[in-house]
Amino acid sequence: MAYSFPEEVLEYVFAFLSYDKDRNAVSLVCKSWYEIERCCRRRIFIGNCYAVSPQIVIRRFPEVRAVKIKGKPHFADFNLVPEGWGAYVYPWISAMARSYPWLEEIKLKRMVVTDESLELISKSFKNFKILVLSSCEGFTTDGLASIAANCRNLRELDLGESEVEDLSGHWLSHFPDNFTSLVSLNMSCLGSEVSFSALERLVLRCPNLRTLRLNRAVPVEKLPSLLRGAPKLVEFGTGAYSAEIQTDIFSNLVEAFSGCKQLKRLSGFWDAVPAYLPAMYCVCSRITSLNLSYATVQSPDLVELISQCPNLKCLWVLDHIEDAGLKVLSSYCKDLQELRVFPSDPYGAEPNVSLTEEGLVTVSAGCPKLQSVLYFCRQMSNAALITIARNRPNLIRFRLCIIDPQAPDYLTLDPLDTGFGAIVEHCKELRRLSLSGLLTDRVFEYIGTHAKKLEMLSIAFAGDSDLGLHHVLSGCESLRKLEIMDCPFGDKALLANAAKLETMRSLWMSSCSVSYGACKLLAQKMPKLNVEVIDERGHPDLRPETCPVEKLYIYRTVSGPRVDKPDFVWTMDEDAVLRLS
Amino acid sequence: MGLFSCLTKNKQIPNSERYSSSKSSSPINLCCFYYSHFQDYFSGQQAILHFIDLMSTPLLDVDGVGHGNATLMSSSASVDCVSQSGSGLKECNFLGLSDCSSVDSSAVSNVSVENKNNLNLKATELRLGLPGSRSPERDSDFSLLTSGKLDEKQLFPLLPSKDGICSLTQKSIVSGNKRGFSDTVDGFSEIKSSVFTEGKWMFNATGSDSGTPQSVVEAKLAGNAGLNVILSNNSSGAQPSMKKEVSTRAPKEGHNKMNGSNNNSSAPAAKAQVVGWPPIRSFRKNTLSTTSKNNDEVDGKPGPGALFVKVSMDGAPYLRKVDLRTYSTYQELSSALEKMFMCFTIRKCGSQEAPDREMLGENKLKDLLNGADYVLTFEDKDGDWMLVGDVPWEMFIESCKRLKIMKGSDAIGLAPRAMEKSKNQK
Repeated sequence: MAYSFPEEVLEYVFAFLSYDKDRNAVSLVCKSWYEIERCCRRRIFIGNCYAVSPQIVIRRFPEVRAVKIKGKPHFADFNLVPEGWGAYVYPWISAMARSYPWLEEIKLKRMVVTDESLELISKSFKNFKILVLSSCEGFTTDGLASIAANCRNLRELDLGESEVEDLSGHWLSHFPDNFTSLVSLNMSCLGSEVSFSALERLVLRCPNLRTLRLNRAVPVEKLPSLLRGAPKLVEFGTGAYSAEIQTDIFSNLVEAFSGCKQLKRLSGFWDAVPAYLPAMYCVCSRITSLNLSYATVQSPDLVELISQCPNLKCLWVLDHIEDAGLKVLSSYCKDLQELRVFPSDPYGAEPNVSLTEEGLVTVSAGCPKLQSVLYFCRQMSNAALITIARNRPNLIRFRLCIIDPQAPDYLTLDPLDTGFGAIVEHCKELRRLSLSGLLTDRVFEYIGTHAKKLEMLSIAFAGDSDLGLHHVLSGCESLRKLEIMDCPFGDKALLANAAKLETMRSLWMSSCSVSYGACKLLAQKMPKLNVEVIDERGHPDLRPETCPVEKLYIYRTVSGPRVDKPDFVWTMDEDAVLRLS
Repeated sequence: MGLFSCLTKNKQIPNSERYSSSKSSSPINLCCFYYSHFQDYFSGQQAILHFIDLMSTPLLDVDGVGHGNATLMSSSASVDCVSQSGSGLKECNFLGLSDCSSVDSSAVSNVSVENKNNLNLKATELRLGLPGSRSPERDSDFSLLTSGKLDEKQLFPLLPSKDGICSLTQKSIVSGNKRGFSDTVDGFSEIKSSVFTEGKWMFNATGSDSGTPQSVVEAKLAGNAGLNVILSNNSSGAQPSMKKEVSTRAPKEGHNKMNGSNNNSSAPAAKAQVVGWPPIRSFRKNTLSTTSKNNDEVDGKPGPGALFVKVSMDGAPYLRKVDLRTYSTYQELSSALEKMFMCFTIRKCGSQEAPDREMLGENKLKDLLNGADYVLTFEDKDGDWMLVGDVPWEMFIESCKRLKIMKGSDAIGLAPRAMEKSKNQK
C-alpha cells in the first residue's frame, strides 16, 4: 500500500524550498506533487519576459507573492538594442492585477515601465511592499508619485540605474504623513532635486529605514541631518560629495557618521572632494561595501580611505586607484570578494592613469577570497592572466575589458588565448566570463573544453571563424546566456548546434555574419525558439538571403512569437510557428 | 605593396606553430559544399559529424590563399574620409582627389558610387565563402561589401605607413546603431585574418569624422592566409592604434601601437565611440562626462545633464540616442543624423532595393530631407522647442535635452524664438 503525506504536510515541507531549481525538481516527481507545489509557490523568477506569457504563469502559479522579471538582453545596457524593442511590463502588471491581489513584491530589470504601469501597481496590490526597478525606463516622477501616494505598506523603493524622466522633485511629498514603513529607498539615479524637507520628514518618521541612497542633487551639507535621523542605517549613498570645505559641515558630517553604528555599505560620492573623505573614517572599520565608482579622487586619497577598511568585501572604484592603490587594497583588505574597476576616461586617446594588469595580478595574489572581478584596463598579457588564474582558482565571475578592441598581449603581441585559457582551466567554478583583447578560435576551444560551469559568456571582436562559436556551443554544458558582438561567426556553427539553443535562455549576436537564410532555417527547425532578427535597414526580404542580419536575438519560449514587436524586429518563420502552436 | 600581394605570399599568422599544418584541400570549398546542404545538419548525424570534423581541422590553410578568400572591403572609407570636416584630421580621398577639408556630400556620394563601380569590376575575382552573397548597402557604405577583391590602396587613403602598408586615417565615431569597429580617431586596427574556413567575416570599421557616425567601413576578410592589413593610424593623436599581428613581422609592427602615439602630432581627440564598446552603461558614461566637466568648474555644481540625448523623427518607428559630445559642429551632428535616419527616410520614399539606395547617397538624402521639409529641432532645458543651429555649438550642447527631426511645416516659427531667446540670455 502506498502511503503519502497529507497535502498540508507536503506544502509545509515545500515551503522550505526557496530555490527555483529545487521547486522545479519537486514538481516533476509526480502529478500530485506538481499540483501541491504549484499552489504554494510564492516567488517566481522569469529570466526572459518573452519566454512565457503572463497567462501561462498565472495559470500555473495562482498564489504568487513575489515576481522578478527580466526584459531586454544584457547588451541593451550598452545601447545595442534600439529603442522601442520591447520588454513592456504593462501586460504583466495588468494580468497580475487581476490574478494576484496579494502580490507584495515586483522586481524588474531592463524593462519598459510606464507611469500607467506604476499607477496600476500602486492601486491593485493592497499589500504591496517592494518595488525594484533595475535599469528600467519609460516612467517619470509622476509614476513614482502614485507609488508614494498609494502604497501604504511600501517597504522598499529601489530605482536602480533606471532612466527616469524627472518632471519634478515633489513626488516624494506624496508619501502620506502617516506613512512609516519605509525600509529602503534608492533614488540615486534621479537627476533633479527632490524636495529636501519632504525627504527629511520621510527619513525621520520611518524608524526602520536601513537603506538610503540619495541622488546627486542632495548637497553634502544636508547629509548630517539625514544620517542623524536614521541611525540604524546599514547602507547609505551620498549625493554630490563636495562643497567648499567648511569646518562646521565637516565636523557635522563626522558626528553624523559616527552615530551610524550599523553602517556597512557606502556609495554615491559624486564629485567627491578629497577633503571630505576623512569624515567617513569613523565608520570605515565596519564597512563591507564601498562604491567609489563615481568619485574622481586620486589614488593617494583612495588609498588613505581604503587602508582603513579591513573588512571590505566589495569595492567598486575608478581606475584612479591605479596599480599602487590596488597594491594597498590587496594588503589591507583580505576579505575582499568583489572588485570592479571602471575607466575614468575610456575614450581618451592616451591612458590617463597608471592602471595596468599589474594591479589585478596583485589583488589576485593578496586577496584569497576574491571571486568576482570586473576590470577595465588598457593592457594585458597572457602571463598576467595565467598568474591570476593560478592565484585565484576560486573565481566565479571574471569580466575583463581591455579598452582597445583586439589588443594583443602587450609583451609578446600574441593573442590572449592562453591567458583566458588558463582562467577557464584553473577556475573551475567560473560562472560568468567576459572576454576582450586579441583572441582567436583557440580561446574558444579552451572555453569549450574547460568552462563546464560557465553560465554567461560575453564576446566581442574575437575569433576567426565559426569554429570558435562551435566550440562554445558544443562544449559549455551549463551555458545559459551567450552574447556576441562583432565576431566573424556565421551560419554553420549556429545551425549545427541548433539544439543547444533550446537549453539556453538566450543568444544575442550583433554585427556577426549570420545570414537571413540561416535565421529562417533555424526558426523552421526549432519551433520552440523565437529567432528574432533586428535590422534597421528594412525587412530582410529586401536583401538577399545570404545577406547577414544586423542583430539576432534567439531565445527559447513557450509562448510563441511575441506580438509587440516594433518595425525593425522580425520573428523568423512566424507563420509556421503560429500554425503549429 | 597592396593587400593582395600579401595574400599571394602565404603569410602565416602568429603562433602558426600552434595550428597543425594545412590540409591539401581548401576547407572553404568543403564548407561551401556543406553549406549548400543545410538540411543535412538536422537530418543527418553524419553531416553533423562531418561538419564537426571539418571544423576541427586546422584554421590555417595557407594553401587556400590561392582561392582568393581574402577580401578586404572598405566600402565607405572614401565616403567617410571625404566627408570629414576638419577636426584636425588628414583627409584623403582614396580615389586620388586632393585633400579636402570640407567636401560636400555630393562629392561624397559620387565618390562612393564611383568606388562601388570600380570595385564591382573586381567583384568576381575573390569570393567570400558564401557565393553570391552580397551584403546590403547601408548608408551607401555597404556597397562594396560583397565579395570582391579590392586593392587595399583603393580603399584607404594613401597615407604611407611605417611599414609601407596602406594605413587608414579616419576618425571614426559611431553613435546610434551603426557598427564602429575602430574607435580610434584616426586609425583602424590591423585586421587579423587568420584562416577562415568558411564564411565571411564582417569587419566593420567606422571611418568617419565625428559627424558621420554612420559611415562604416566594412571590410570583409575571409582569408586563409595571414592577411596582414595594417590599418594603423599614423596621424593625429588617437589612441594607440589597435593592432592585430598576423605575421612574423609582428613584433616590428607591434610598434605601431606606440607609433600611433608617436606619430601623433596634433592634439589627441576624443576616441570615437563604437556602439556597445567599451561596455559601459550610459548612466555611468553620462555621470562621468558630467563629472569631468565639473572638475573644470569652479563651484562644483552639478553639470548641465546627460550628453546622451534622444533623437526622434516624425513618423520614425524608433528613437535613437546620440552623444552630443562626440560632435563639435552642427555639420557633424547633422550629417550623423541624416545617416542615422536615412534608412527610414528612404524606405518611406519607396526605394526598396539596395542599388537604389547606393545611388542616393548622402547628397540625395539631404535633398530628401530638405525637399521633404524636415528640420532638426531640439528641446532645451526650459522645455522649449527650437531650431537647431541658431546658437553657438557650445551653448547648444549645454542646453539641449532632446532632438527631434520635425516636418518643416511643424517647425515654422521656431527659428525666431531661438534667436530671441539667445539674445535674451545674453
